[in-house]
Amino acid sequence: MQNKNLQLYWRRNLKYLLILLTIWFIVSYGCGIIFAESLNTIKLGGFPLGFWFAQQGSIYVFVILIFIYVRLMNQLDKEFDVDEK
Amino acid sequence: MGVQTWTFIIVGFTFLLYIGVAIWARAGSTKEFYVAGGGVSPLANGMATAADWMSAASYLSMAGLISFMGYGGSQYLMGWTGGYVLLALLLAPYLRKFGKFTVPDFIGERYYSNQARIVALICAIFVSFTYVVGQMKGVGVAFARFLEVPFSTGILIGIGIVFFYAVLGGMKGITYTQVAQYCVLIFAFTVPAVFISLQMVGNPIPQLGMGGTLSDGTYLLDKLNMLSTDLGFAAYTESGMDNRVNIFFITAALMMGTAGLPHVIVRFFTVPKVKDARISAGYALLFIALLYTTAPAVAAFARTNLIQTVSEQPYEAMPPWFTKWEGAELLTFDDKNNDGIIQYVANPVVNELTIDNDIMVLANPEIANLPAWVIALVVAGGLAAALSTAAGLLLVIATSISHDLLKNYLRPNISEKGELMAARIAIAVAVVAAGLAGMNPPGFVAQVVALAFGLAASSFFPAIVLGIFDKRMNKEGAISGMIVGIVFTSIYIWYFKPQLGGPGTVEGHWFGISPEGIGTLGMMINLVVALVVSRMTPAPPQSVQAIVEDIRIPRGAGGATH
Repeated sequence: MQNKNLQLYWRRNLKYLLILLTIWFIVSYGCGIIFAESLNTIKLGGFPLGFWFAQQGSIYVFVILIFIYVRLMNQLDKEFDVDEK
Repeated sequence: MGVQTWTFIIVGFTFLLYIGVAIWARAGSTKEFYVAGGGVSPLANGMATAADWMSAASYLSMAGLISFMGYGGSQYLMGWTGGYVLLALLLAPYLRKFGKFTVPDFIGERYYSNQARIVALICAIFVSFTYVVGQMKGVGVAFARFLEVPFSTGILIGIGIVFFYAVLGGMKGITYTQVAQYCVLIFAFTVPAVFISLQMVGNPIPQLGMGGTLSDGTYLLDKLNMLSTDLGFAAYTESGMDNRVNIFFITAALMMGTAGLPHVIVRFFTVPKVKDARISAGYALLFIALLYTTAPAVAAFARTNLIQTVSEQPYEAMPPWFTKWEGAELLTFDDKNNDGIIQYVANPVVNELTIDNDIMVLANPEIANLPAWVIALVVAGGLAAALSTAAGLLLVIATSISHDLLKNYLRPNISEKGELMAARIAIAVAVVAAGLAGMNPPGFVAQVVALAFGLAASSFFPAIVLGIFDKRMNKEGAISGMIVGIVFTSIYIWYFKPQLGGPGTVEGHWFGISPEGIGTLGMMINLVVALVVSRMTPAPPQSVQAIVEDIRIPRGAGGATH
């Protein structure tokens, strides 16, 4: 593959990582720790919201993030023709 | 049939299953022995990774720990799952493309240096060995409690089983037994949780039941908060803001430590393609999340149940499980005011009841009056969790010795057959050594297990990530970063851990960070040192920069090679 194309591929990869890891940070460190106290004033059914993020929600989001990443990268590989044959 | 009979039947059946799988999946080559031939399907690898990852501590102790810590226990839940996001996005696909057998392999080649390889090798053995001793101890405890055999006999049975399938099958045998072990442990963990959730809030899904309402119409968590504060404990869902920095640092150390643990990373060498490495990290986390989202529900149910059963109740009226666990010294009742009634409160002067963390999972089925076979199932699950993690760790130790030390360092001309034999001998020795150490654990081991994460976070994690994402990173930078990171973290841990003989006190903690969380700071120091040193020293050779270019694209990933 040409060098320029490779750089483009890598930059797109880094962009995806940046977006996904920002969400990763917000749900766990943000909602689960830093803002947990203020979120606890909001109720999600029987759960205080901050507590829910810390013990349930962040884990669900983690799983979803990985599956989104897999999808994005598989598409990207095809687009740049670097997927495995 | 009694609990004892059921336990013999179910545990015996699972052991036969593991042995059968091991015979079916014998290893014939070093490639099969180290990475299961690189032909494991992503789904199977996901299950094996989950079993490998979830130890006796996750299975037996974590729910209990959360039960007593409330919100504070969230650091374990987020820390031990969030690391998989880092693993999937930053490490797994690239290491799979790189296509070697071990973590020291990667460090040694990427940093074109045998010194780097040896530093990584020592870190890998140190981290894995402290961890495996704890697992062996867990096996001994589980046997001793449920089969009423002596602790040491329990460990000997455990050694025998692991010896059989690890020596025979290597990674291939271990992977397929771990798939079986995952099924056993998740079934065993979920069944009692579903029963209890149905009993307490009438919802069969514990993750939702935790937010459900009790028969008196109040929300379970509200009720639990009220019960806790009435007895002087902190409200269960309250996030103690005074230690927010510490929770942040511990969560981060556990996440980066997870992503840096050699026995987890090596699992991603076993799948055929880069694409498979990505998706199998997703499956692994999905399978782990099944247990990790159930555990906090179990914790909340058990805590509520426990308080309602014991608090301010006469000792004479306690159910049979109470005296049973008293006998096992997991519960102690000390009637300080001689009124025959149990005062269970936060104030240590008045409190009369001491409860071990492990009891929450072990005694839960009995507290909820579940049938005997469910209790036996919980035992089989605990053993599956301990054995699967022990086997994965032992393989890392054996591979480090036969492959990294012998093949790549001391005797590069060793034949394939010789290396395979060496790997089998190494794993046999490691199993026996870990068993002996587990029988007679050095006092510090229990303390160090939790700290292994900090050490992995401050050494491997930055070295591997920089090796992939920073083409300019050279051996000078990586080696100095790893050494500064792990030395700083070890010293801080030693200094502030009274159990290790350190002189430090809680007041002296930097920014309020406890030893469990210091790996995060160690990681940052590692990162800064590595970046600064690398920019002041020559760039890595062209051939190494080409390797970095190559691992960034998936095409051309063959099987793992020597």
